[in-house]
Amino acid sequence: MKKILSLALVGILGVTLVSGCGTTGGASTSSGGSGGTIKIGANLELTGGTAMFGQEAKNGISLAFEQQNAKGGVLGKKLELVAADNKSDAGESTAAVTKLVTQDKVVAVIGSMTSSVTLAAVPVVTDNKIPMVSPSGTNAKVTVDNGQLRPWIFRACFIDPFQGKVGAKFALNTLKAKTAAIIIDQKSDYSKGLADAFVTNFKQGGGQITGTEQYVAGSDKDFRPILTRIKSQNPDLIWVPGYYQEVGMIVKQARELGMNQPFAGGDGWDDAKLFEIGTPAALNNTYYVDHVATAAPDMVQFVKDYQAKFGHEPNAMSALAYDAANMIVKAIETAGSVDSSKIRDALEKLKDFKGVTGGITIDPATHNPTKSAVIKQNKDGKTVYLTTVTP
Amino acid sequence: MGHILQQFSQQAVNGLSLGSIYALIALGYTMVYGIVKLINFAHGDVMMVGAYLGWIATTQLHWSFLPALFFAMVVSAILGMLIERIAYKPLRNASRIAALITAIGVSLFLEYGGMLLVTAQVQTYPPVFPETVYNVAGIMFKYGDVVMLVTSVVLMFLLHFTVQYTKVGKSMRAVSFDKDAALLMGVNVNNTISATFAIGSALAGAAGVLMGVYFNTIDPLMGIIPGLKAFVAAVLGGIGIIPGAMVGGLVLGLTEAFVSGLGASTWRDAVAFLILILVLIIKPTGLFGKNVREKV
Repeated sequence: MKKILSLALVGILGVTLVSGCGTTGGASTSSGGSGGTIKIGANLELTGGTAMFGQEAKNGISLAFEQQNAKGGVLGKKLELVAADNKSDAGESTAAVTKLVTQDKVVAVIGSMTSSVTLAAVPVVTDNKIPMVSPSGTNAKVTVDNGQLRPWIFRACFIDPFQGKVGAKFALNTLKAKTAAIIIDQKSDYSKGLADAFVTNFKQGGGQITGTEQYVAGSDKDFRPILTRIKSQNPDLIWVPGYYQEVGMIVKQARELGMNQPFAGGDGWDDAKLFEIGTPAALNNTYYVDHVATAAPDMVQFVKDYQAKFGHEPNAMSALAYDAANMIVKAIETAGSVDSSKIRDALEKLKDFKGVTGGITIDPATHNPTKSAVIKQNKDGKTVYLTTVTP
Repeated sequence: MGHILQQFSQQAVNGLSLGSIYALIALGYTMVYGIVKLINFAHGDVMMVGAYLGWIATTQLHWSFLPALFFAMVVSAILGMLIERIAYKPLRNASRIAALITAIGVSLFLEYGGMLLVTAQVQTYPPVFPETVYNVAGIMFKYGDVVMLVTSVVLMFLLHFTVQYTKVGKSMRAVSFDKDAALLMGVNVNNTISATFAIGSALAGAAGVLMGVYFNTIDPLMGIIPGLKAFVAAVLGGIGIIPGAMVGGLVLGLTEAFVSGLGASTWRDAVAFLILILVLIIKPTGLFGKNVREKV
């Protein structure tokens, strides 16, 4: 009896092990374009705290590849997406990208959507000399570290110093805020970078910072003690550079404490889950800086195609991932080769690329494109486009 | 001055409601330890399972709050008994450390097994409680806060009553005092221990549903941090002592709120654990612990 039980347990363990590892990386054995396909990796937040970004991005990338394959692929070969899940975790990101590069032998990597997770993958792709394009990693350090360019990393979005400046100007000029409090996710590079940029520009414009509070995303769920402190300072505005999950909880708990100030933040807010977690009523009178409005003229065709395939409207994340995928396609075309270092060179020279989120010209000195930002307002469970800010 | 007093009272309310969540989880923790002398590290994860059960009942089956809570408690109780039978019972006479490591194993199994089943995606609870906010002289608290505090106090008394005055409770205490002697006196040790785990896990399931409703987000790893904090609360109050868990939870919640309120939100956990260390140095058996001398 005992023997049977232990055998059964070993069997169950075996099954979970196999199913745990075998979810990604299909049956195709062709490596790096030597066969009929070109493998491109995606290191995405498919589960975890920012899962919606990864899911939206995966949809965007597969749409881009599908459209390209329908046109006959690139260099006569079909594109194949190999997605790896980094669970929204920096440690898992290193493992996921290592698997993509060493086991799946991808020629380029798309990812990740958040800055800390992207940064964790940087050493792996640099050591293996594989180009990586982050659709929405906005922290300045993603491409340039201490004045030193990271040669293998590119991005499809604007950077946090610009985003913070747009946020600060909007707070000062449109919301007429003179004082602001900041709530930072202390483990996130994105959150810290965006907070710094906001504070610098807000102070330059004559604003005053009443206080800075910190939390840890993922483990903190009760924000009332720090909110009570902010309430007593009575600032005109509260700047929350975080991701939708915590932002939703923070705003909801603040409203329950009777705080009616406007809240504002960056592109980390951009997901419909924000309303599920934060409730539509609490999210009234909140604003955020984002990459693109879904109603923008360049977006129309993309939104239509996306909606037809996936049954819901895309957000800025899906659009940026779509652009990042097409940037790599374009680079492979220009390079005329699937050699990773040639793709890198082509990405560096990418000029006047027409993306759905705007024109993209990579600056060879920083690997950043220059793009405009939009400001959105949350109103009764809907996101409303307010204005576009050009750099 | 009135301003400071108001802020102080608000932080006290914040601390009490956070503390009652810790207390709710700590009750089950401390009861299982008191009877079986096993630190059940899987307790926080049984709470997570309870939260998911409640979520399934309310969103997929469209049940109302009380049936959902009851459903989560019953299934959690069965799960607790199963865990005990499969994982802990074979080790009953093994060393303490083997049982402890098994408990950690069960905890990881539930966390990552859960991730496989329901994915690591965060799910949101529907608004089960009315979103009423009360304002008493500028101090704000919501309906959910009251429910949390009342539930944990009621459950504490129920549990205390069960352990002290019922037949099951009597046999629990007998098993806790001396397992072999209890067996000789005709107490069914296996059933008693099963009952202990069933009650403890039912409490965890209830805590899970309440936590899900309160913070309206759940995920497979939601049990880790509250489980750890509840363990601290149980040790603080004196592990194995039911009123101690309640007091320990409230002390921990209040400490966290006041430390954050003083502007040291990053030091919050450090201060909480510092208090734990101090209590353990000064009074190793916890706030409510009795000094039992070991016979040499």
